[in-house]
Amino acid sequence: MAKSTNDDKPQEPQQGSEGIPAPEGPANLIDTDYVIGQDNIKASPLGVDVDLHSTVFMVSSVVILLFVILTLAMQAQMEPIFDAMFSFLTTKLTWVFLLGANVFVILALVLIFTPMGKVRIGGAHATPDFSYAGWFAMLFAAGMGIGLMFYGVSEPLGHYGTALGGVSLGEDGLRTDWSPLGGAGGDQAGAVALSMAATIFHWGLHPWGAYAIVGLSLAIFAYNKGLPLTMRSIFYPVLGERIWGWPGHLIDILAVFATLFGLATSLGLGATQASAGLNYLFGIPDSNVTLVLLILGITVVALGSIMLGVDKGVQRLSQLNMGLALLLLLFVIAVGPTLMIATGVFENLLGYVKNLPALSMPFGREDANFSQGWTAFYWAWWIAWSPFVGMFIARVSRGRTVREFLIAVLVVPTLASVVWMTAFGTTAIDQVINQGITEVQDAALELQLFTMLEHLPLTTITSFVGIVLVIVFFITSSDSGSLVIDSITAGGKVDAPKPQRVFWALIEGAIAIALLLGGGLGALQTAALTTGLPFTLVLLVGCYAIVKGLMSEPKAK
Amino acid sequence: MFNKIMVPVDLAHIEVIEPSLKVSADMARHYQAEVCYVGVTATTPGSVARTPEEYAQKLEAFAQQRGQVHGQPVSSKMICRVDPVADLVDTLVKAIDEVEADLVVMPTHAHRHLDIVMPANGSQVASRTSASVFLVRPDANE
Repeated sequence: MAKSTNDDKPQEPQQGSEGIPAPEGPANLIDTDYVIGQDNIKASPLGVDVDLHSTVFMVSSVVILLFVILTLAMQAQMEPIFDAMFSFLTTKLTWVFLLGANVFVILALVLIFTPMGKVRIGGAHATPDFSYAGWFAMLFAAGMGIGLMFYGVSEPLGHYGTALGGVSLGEDGLRTDWSPLGGAGGDQAGAVALSMAATIFHWGLHPWGAYAIVGLSLAIFAYNKGLPLTMRSIFYPVLGERIWGWPGHLIDILAVFATLFGLATSLGLGATQASAGLNYLFGIPDSNVTLVLLILGITVVALGSIMLGVDKGVQRLSQLNMGLALLLLLFVIAVGPTLMIATGVFENLLGYVKNLPALSMPFGREDANFSQGWTAFYWAWWIAWSPFVGMFIARVSRGRTVREFLIAVLVVPTLASVVWMTAFGTTAIDQVINQGITEVQDAALELQLFTMLEHLPLTTITSFVGIVLVIVFFITSSDSGSLVIDSITAGGKVDAPKPQRVFWALIEGAIAIALLLGGGLGALQTAALTTGLPFTLVLLVGCYAIVKGLMSEPKAK
Repeated sequence: MFNKIMVPVDLAHIEVIEPSLKVSADMARHYQAEVCYVGVTATTPGSVARTPEEYAQKLEAFAQQRGQVHGQPVSSKMICRVDPVADLVDTLVKAIDEVEADLVVMPTHAHRHLDIVMPANGSQVASRTSASVFLVRPDANE
C-alpha cells in the first residue's frame, strides 16, 4: 500500500498544547477541552441548514426583537430613556472614554517598537491571506469609510466656525461655546489650524487604536492560541474556562446587539442622507418610497457580496470603493487649492501632534461642550463599533506580524485621514475665507459635501461619484458586519451554512425599514452607542490580554 | 478508465459523506485508482481542528484509515481558506486540476427549492470541470 501526501508544507516538530500541532510554525496554543461548536444546535428547519450557538443566538434574537418592538410601540417613552442614558455617559463619564482611548493608543504605539512586534499572527511561518492592497482596502472600508464622506467637509467647517467665535461664558460662568480647547477668537489662521487639528484628532489614532486593540487581541487568541473567533476569547486570560459559560455569552450577546443596531440604524440614517443628496442633485423625491428602495438596493448588493464571500465579495467591493475614493480625493486636491492642501497636510499633521496632549486630556477640561459633545460622543461611537470592525480586521489579518498589523491598522489610516480631512476641509474653508462662499457653511450637514463639490468643476460627475461612494461605503460595512454577527452567533465558526449570513443581512435591512417608517432610528442608535461604555471595559481587558498573550508567544525570526 | 479519484470530505460531517466514501472505495478498487481525499477548512479555529496543521494531520489519518478499508493508494490535501463556505466550489475546481484527478466523487443533498437561489455545490463543480463528477445522494445507502 503506497502512501503519498500532497501536503506541501512539512509538519512542524513543535507541539502546541498536548496532542494538537502548533499553527504554522511555533506558537503557543491554549490548552482547553472546549470544542468549538459544542454548544451549537444543528438543524434543518424548512430545508434550510443552520448551525448556531444556541444561547447566544436565542438570547440576542429575543433581545433585538424586544428592543425593536418596544421602540416602535413606545417611541415617545423610550427615546428620552435612551437619550438620558447616553447623555449621562458622555457628560459624567467623559473621562472614562478619553482615558480608555488614550490607553489603547499608547499600548498600540508602544507595541510597534517592542520585540513583541515581531510575533506573527497565525504562527511564525504563516503567510498572509490577502495582498497589501486588498487587506488595507478592507480595513479602511469597514472602519470608517462612510463617516469620511459626511464629516470630511462638515466637521472642519463646524470647528472652524466655533473656534473663530472664541470663548463665551454663560451666566453660571461655564462655557457655552463649542470651540475646541481655548478656541481662537477672531484669529482666522489660528481657527483653521485648530479646527483641522480637532477634526484629525477625532479621525486619527484614537478610533484606530480601539479597532487595533480588538483586532489584535482577537487575532492572537484565535490564530495563535486556537480559541474561537468571537469576542469572549479576549477574556480567556482573565476568566479562563469560564468564558464558555454565561460571562462569555453576555459579552458575545452585547457584541451582536451593538453591531446589529449600529449597522441597522446607520443604514436607516444613511439612507436618509443619501436620499437627501439624490433629491438635492437630481430632484428625486425625498420620500419614504425612495428611502425603502435605497435600503432594499443596499441590502441586495450586500447580500450578493456576502454570498460571494470575503475574497471575491467583500474584498473586491472594498477595492472598488478605495479606487473611487482615491479618484475623488485626487480630483479635489487637483482642482481645489492644491498648494494650500499640500502644505496643509504637513502643517495639520504637526498641529495634530502639538494639540494631541491637550485634546486627549481626560481631566480638568474647560471646553466641556467640545470634549463631551464631540470627543466623548465619537469615542463611544468608535468603541461601540470596535467589536465589529475589530473582529473583521482580525479575520483578514492572519500571516501579518504584530508590527505590520499595528502600522497598517493604526498609522496608515491615521495618515490617510490627515490627507482626506485636509483636502476636503481646506477646500471648504478656502471657499468660505478666500472666495466668500457661505453656502457650504449654511447647508444642512448631510449636504455640505455636495454643496462644496458644486463650487468645483465637473459637479455632476463628482457629486454622482459622491453619492455612489456613500452607498458603496454602506454596503462594505453591511456585508462585513453580517459576516461578523453570523460568526459570533455561530459560536465562532466561520464555516456555518450560508443561509445564516443571508438571514442577518436581511434582518438588518428589515430593522432599518421598520424603524424608518415607524420612527425611532435615532433612539435605537443612541441605545447602540451606550454599549460604548461596557466595551471600553472589554477593550481594557483586551489590552491586558494582548500583552499577556504576546508575552507567551515565540518571536518570529 | 480512471486513474485518480478525488473525494472532497467534510470531517465535521462524516455521517453525511458516508455514502460517497463507499462509492469512491468501490470505484477505486474497480479501476485500480488512487484516491485523494480533499478537505477545505477555515483559517480560523473550527470544530474539527484548532489549527490548519491539526486539520491536515486529521485528514491524512482519515485518508490512511480509508486506505485500510479499500486497499488502494491514498493521499490527502488540505486547503485553507478565509471563507471556505463561499469559496468551496472555486477551491474544489482548482484542486481537481492540482491533484490531476479524472473522477470526482462527492456527496450532495437531495434536490430542494432553495437550490434555485443557492445551487448545490456538486452541480456547480460538475459544470465547471472537465473531470467526470459522480454526485452521491445522502440516502443512497437505503
